[in-house]
Amino acid sequence: MIYLKLFLAFLQVGLFSVGGGYAAIALIREQVVDTNMWLTMSEFSDLTTIAEMTPGPIAVNAATFVGTKIAGLPGALLATAGSILPSCIICSLLAFIYYKYKGAKTLQSILKSIRPATIGLILSAGLSILQYAVFSNGELSFSSFDIISLVIFVAAFIILRKTKLSPIPVMLCSGVIYLIVNLIFQGGIL
Amino acid sequence: MSEKENSKTRILLKLFFSMLYISTFTFGGGFVIVTLMKKKFVDEYHWIEEQEMLDITSIAQSSPGAIAVNAAVIVGKKLGGIMGIIAATLGTVIPPLVIISVISFFYNAFSENPYVALILKGMQAGVAAVILDVVCSLSKDYVKNRKIFEIILIAVSFTAVFFLKINVILIILCAAAIGFVTVLIKNKKAVKK
Repeated sequence: MIYLKLFLAFLQVGLFSVGGGYAAIALIREQVVDTNMWLTMSEFSDLTTIAEMTPGPIAVNAATFVGTKIAGLPGALLATAGSILPSCIICSLLAFIYYKYKGAKTLQSILKSIRPATIGLILSAGLSILQYAVFSNGELSFSSFDIISLVIFVAAFIILRKTKLSPIPVMLCSGVIYLIVNLIFQGGIL
Repeated sequence: MSEKENSKTRILLKLFFSMLYISTFTFGGGFVIVTLMKKKFVDEYHWIEEQEMLDITSIAQSSPGAIAVNAAVIVGKKLGGIMGIIAATLGTVIPPLVIISVISFFYNAFSENPYVALILKGMQAGVAAVILDVVCSLSKDYVKNRKIFEIILIAVSFTAVFFLKINVILIILCAAAIGFVTVLIKNKKAVKK
């Protein structure tokens, strides 16, 4: 039965992909292209392009895309449910343990050293995105340097540090300003 | 409906719509949504403490599944038990579900549109600014109080993942081990005294 198959395939993706997007892509490919042959390889690469251009976790994007294609809206819903069910069960258990033993001395000490390490990870994620924004394709070379991106980054950063503006409007404005500035330069107005 | 139930429903609705809003505009990976959640739930609503948000981030990162969904589940559980988990998870999942179903119909027009590409490219700069702003506010306390141990840990974990490309979960496990050893040493010292 196709609904059950979709559900189980994405359940496996949700259960075995540890560590975010890139780990998930390999598993999704295995399920969707190799095992079940729901998508061709070129459809799969379309899927990863869409996933990169739209919000949301790649596993949910893929579940919706494949589910819709194979079995319409119910397929999309079941595949998505499969991809998030392991998260819901495992993380609510972990949350229960965390809030129950948060005060314990040993756990306190362990958390105290995990926190700065986590800041280091977030810093790395931020700088990787910055690298891709300021250098097209992420190569650190003069020819791929994008001054407009850098100026927008610095301006957005200062605004976020100095004012209480919320992050999402700042992000959206960055995109729109980048578009406008590029159109002006391309149009030869300046 | 009693007053208590009323305020609980209000929190659930607020949680659902916050996640719906955040999830609609989260481009580029799990850490982006975690920083947006920090801005909303720690800085704006004061529902969660800053340190707690870091703990949630590391749990979400080390568990299987999407980081966004994992973090939503933990925050939802804390704020409203099972109903909280459902509210937060639905809020996280509905935007990509709707957007992907719509876009898969006119995929080519969307993915080859030069304006869309330029906006997305420009948004990367804004996303980087948001993440680095959150990093600054998270590490402010450590820097101000000259907590050398924590500052070294930030630097080491950053170097390990950014330059050496070491697996993120391995880094979190190592940090946990360091914390565990520290508490053992402290206990030993306390016994000797």
